[in-house]
Amino acid sequence: MRSWWSLIWPPVGAVLFFLVLWQGAVWLWDIEPYILPAPSSIGLEMVSGSPVLLNHTLATLRLTLIGFLIGTGTGIVISLALHLIPMLRKALYPLLILSQNVPTIALAPLLMIWFGFGMLPKIIVITLVCFFPVAVAALDGLARTDRTMLNYMKMTGAGTWQIFTKLELPHALPSIFSGLRIAATYSVMGAVIGEWIGADRGIGYYMMLQRAGYRTDRVFVAILIIVLLSLLMVALIALLEKRLIRWSRKA
Amino acid sequence: MRVNNMNDTPSSSPELSGTSTPARSDSTDNPALEVRHIRKAFRQRRGEMQVLDDLSLAVQPGEFVSIIGPSGSGKSTLFHIIGGLMPPGAGSVHMDGRDVTGQKGLIAYMPQQPALFPWRTVEDNVMLPEELRGVSKTQARANARQWIERAGLGGFEKAYPHTLSGGMQQRASFLRALMSPQEVMCLDEPFSALDALTRSEMQHWLLDIWEDTRRSVLMITHHIEEALLLSDSIYILSARPGTVLQKIEVPFPRPRREDILTDPAFLALKSDISSIMRQEQQKRQQVST
Repeated sequence: MRSWWSLIWPPVGAVLFFLVLWQGAVWLWDIEPYILPAPSSIGLEMVSGSPVLLNHTLATLRLTLIGFLIGTGTGIVISLALHLIPMLRKALYPLLILSQNVPTIALAPLLMIWFGFGMLPKIIVITLVCFFPVAVAALDGLARTDRTMLNYMKMTGAGTWQIFTKLELPHALPSIFSGLRIAATYSVMGAVIGEWIGADRGIGYYMMLQRAGYRTDRVFVAILIIVLLSLLMVALIALLEKRLIRWSRKA
Repeated sequence: MRVNNMNDTPSSSPELSGTSTPARSDSTDNPALEVRHIRKAFRQRRGEMQVLDDLSLAVQPGEFVSIIGPSGSGKSTLFHIIGGLMPPGAGSVHMDGRDVTGQKGLIAYMPQQPALFPWRTVEDNVMLPEELRGVSKTQARANARQWIERAGLGGFEKAYPHTLSGGMQQRASFLRALMSPQEVMCLDEPFSALDALTRSEMQHWLLDIWEDTRRSVLMITHHIEEALLLSDSIYILSARPGTVLQKIEVPFPRPRREDILTDPAFLALKSDISSIMRQEQQKRQQVST
């Protein structure tokens, strides 16, 4: 319990110190709230607006979760296909890299034009940002299977499918999870971008609305909620990883 | 110094057709495993490097055979050829008289590193070969538990490999090979990573288990005493390119006990082998300088 406390207090202390500094600066120089609101007024706004905020947050969380599942699922399926069919890997790997050079923010409006304002274009945006880290991490993990173990499996007469399910996949699991962790934060970002472009609810939508009205304090509230959502997603993945990978040396 | 070049391999025996898996070979007089005139070269930047040169050897059913030789004599390459991982440049591999060159899945293999799967518990690792063969999980697990108990690993069934000592990991790795249904076991320097004390403990442990089961074994080792203690016959390999310098029959009766280590005949054989190996090592150094 004490070690947990000694781990947690330095970052908490740093954040508190920063907040006090911020509050002091706003108060000292009398900064206009539409330029930089004080932390205290952001906090107050968050409490007073909580019923509305909760609805927007839940909408974004729902979108994030659906997009994350579809996006990472796509990533894993792509990596398995490319791993099991070497020809496909040669053909599609450069395309995979290329897909990440298309800026999401430029692509999102096009998706709205093509697919309207429903769920679909937003999920495509999240999928585009989520599949790549997962696919690359999984491919990497699958390719770096331990040679001795692989030789053992081959000599013992294991088939391609057995080698894949009993050796390569479990061996790649830690790699896949590092990809999932990155995708978890990306998925929140993707959801917010999707909501910026066209939505009638969600934190991204709320943020755009408040920015137009110069409610800087509310924009800060939105940022805070996005950060919290990202942390929540990462925590979920960490929890899942801990349950699935019990054999890890680190644990 | 080539006393027995093993070129006198038996004339090709009638092919046993129609059998898809190697049957236990007690009924036939064919060797359980036979390697005939194997050559292997690897292509390098400057020409080819000959690794194995006309190497022949045989393991009779229920025989424990060791291969001993200087490092770099292509012993691991030989195992990869026997296991079907790579084709030989020339020559063939036979089991029970059948040509099985390049076929995988016909040997029980114990690699140099334990190579236990870290995500599997000890019992899950040991049951793996039966699982691969389609034996039901409950049956495979029951068999694995029986062996784990017999091999002195009782209480560690549910432990993950990284929590075990090196010696314990090697025991589990050996049991995994033993659980493989294939008749011939290939052990690649099974104890080379262990300290001297653990090593000698493991040799006696292996001797006990092997004398109970009498599988056909081909073992690579650097350790002369280990080869003498465990084997029925020993092949001494030359430096690269590896070929058989001499075959030695080990005369001691079974079951063997620790006191043969101090037997004068044992010590004489041991010094014979080490002088052959020393000469080979010197020849190699002269060639390279």
